Amino acid sequence: MLIRRPSDIAPSEITPHRVYLRRREFLTGAAALGLIPGLSAMFPGNAQAAPLAAEPSPLSTTDEEKTPLASVNSYNNFYEFGTDKGDPARYANRLTTSPWKVKIDGLVNKGADYDLDDLIKSARLEERIYRMRCVEGWSMVIPWVGFPLAEVLKRADPQGSAKYVTFETLVRPSEMPGQSGFFQPLDWPYREGLRLDEAMHPLTILAVGLYGETLPNQNGAPIRLVVPWKYGFKSIKSIVRIALVEKEPPITWKSQNAREYGFYSNVNPQVDHPRWSQATERRIGEGGLFGKRRPTLMFNGYGEQVAGLYAGMDLKANY
Amino acid sequence: MAPRQRSTGLSRVLLGADPARRAIYILGMVPAVWTFYLGLTDQLGADPQNTLERTLGLWALRFLIAALAITPLRRLGGPSLIRYRRAMGLVGFYYACLHLTVYLVLDQGLNLAAIWADIVKRPYITVGMLAFTILVPLAVTSNNAMIRRLGSRAWQRLHRLVYVATAAAAIHFVMLVKSWWTPEPALYATLVAALLLTRLWFHAQKRLWPKPKPRPVSRPVRAEG
Repeated sequence: MLIRRPSDIAPSEITPHRVYLRRREFLTGAAALGLIPGLSAMFPGNAQAAPLAAEPSPLSTTDEEKTPLASVNSYNNFYEFGTDKGDPARYANRLTTSPWKVKIDGLVNKGADYDLDDLIKSARLEERIYRMRCVEGWSMVIPWVGFPLAEVLKRADPQGSAKYVTFETLVRPSEMPGQSGFFQPLDWPYREGLRLDEAMHPLTILAVGLYGETLPNQNGAPIRLVVPWKYGFKSIKSIVRIALVEKEPPITWKSQNAREYGFYSNVNPQVDHPRWSQATERRIGEGGLFGKRRPTLMFNGYGEQVAGLYAGMDLKANY
Repeated sequence: MAPRQRSTGLSRVLLGADPARRAIYILGMVPAVWTFYLGLTDQLGADPQNTLERTLGLWALRFLIAALAITPLRRLGGPSLIRYRRAMGLVGFYYACLHLTVYLVLDQGLNLAAIWADIVKRPYITVGMLAFTILVPLAVTSNNAMIRRLGSRAWQRLHRLVYVATAAAAIHFVMLVKSWWTPEPALYATLVAALLLTRLWFHAQKRLWPKPKPRPVSRPVRAEG
């Protein structure tokens, strides 16, 4: 027999739909405030946006307006999550960033398999405000939080034969939808590389946060490279391996299309990408629909610090 | 009762008399107006210019594809929508105009030197400009007066150029992305290729297996008893 009883829940007690839709924000917010202990452990992928203390750095670019966080974390090229610039923001919350290991090996005397937390604890975090110029012709100004890559490399004690550094991004198709399915835009893992002197340069950092908080997943959490005088794709995201090698290592975009992407990929307004001019750029968040392009600067404006690395080199041939 | 006023004048010239066709012209432009509104109110994301430019280009391609799909649809036994083909093609052309305007004015700020350099040096822009240039004479001749003036055979021959224009538009889209395996342009290119291949197929069919022509009647037909 079916016994029907009137519902004893008053309509006013039911969570309004629009609040219900935001339940995760509420939970994450509550977790961040420490209201619900242990909750962040239930959402490992969402253990984002923890505050990070960092000291301001004299190497920061301070005379330009910073790109709003809402643009920095919604307009991303991170093909592991899809080729649309909105895909990373849509799907990257699936990524588990803790625990996270970074392996350092190759031609080093002290190879290591760092736990990310130890790596961060051993570093002195700095805020570095840098221009970021994408090879596609747009740019941002981002306040990164990180530490010089040189610190990690020195600790690993490179051998005399080491001339280059190579980096690899995580491969985890179960959490990175761009790495599964029919349309595979690139060969995984994503690889990048630097000459050892570029890697040791004080401007080159490993970033673990931006805008004073841990990195959003779509920006390459939990740890990424930032090389401000090179096109954005050189600044590899979600790094799991750093290796020292003797010869110029293969890098993803150059392997994909060597005519369009070179190993150096220094920002250079005089050397055009075959498919578009690199003379100007659109600064994201500047002027909206009627924003004007601004001229692109040699080495993205960091020439004073880095031009010496390329003395005597033909930058047209070594693009 | 007042006699119903016949629609005359500009709206009739621009939109035609058929209400369904009018609806295509008017509803067809809704995405353009809407996207522009989103852009003005800062709702187009981090790079509003680029989003506007791409959205308009994409709608141009969609309408051209819709126009190209009408004949195969009928031949494969679907409904005949031929009455709406001109409207589809023209709306596609209007989107191509808007797309180009955004590129010239908002993106490049009418910097003629930069625009010219783009057109000659960047193959994807060359191909896009080619597509647009071809569409101009087609749009100009997309009215009954021009069909009469050119004669239907010459008109038809001219309008076959829409195959080239649409193929160029699809290629323009594919060349724009950094990896060939990007789903959206690949899907549009496949669709355009399929629609063009059906033409080739129909053409081959006509050549290889011509339908017997009805015998010309040479004598006056007489009832035989």
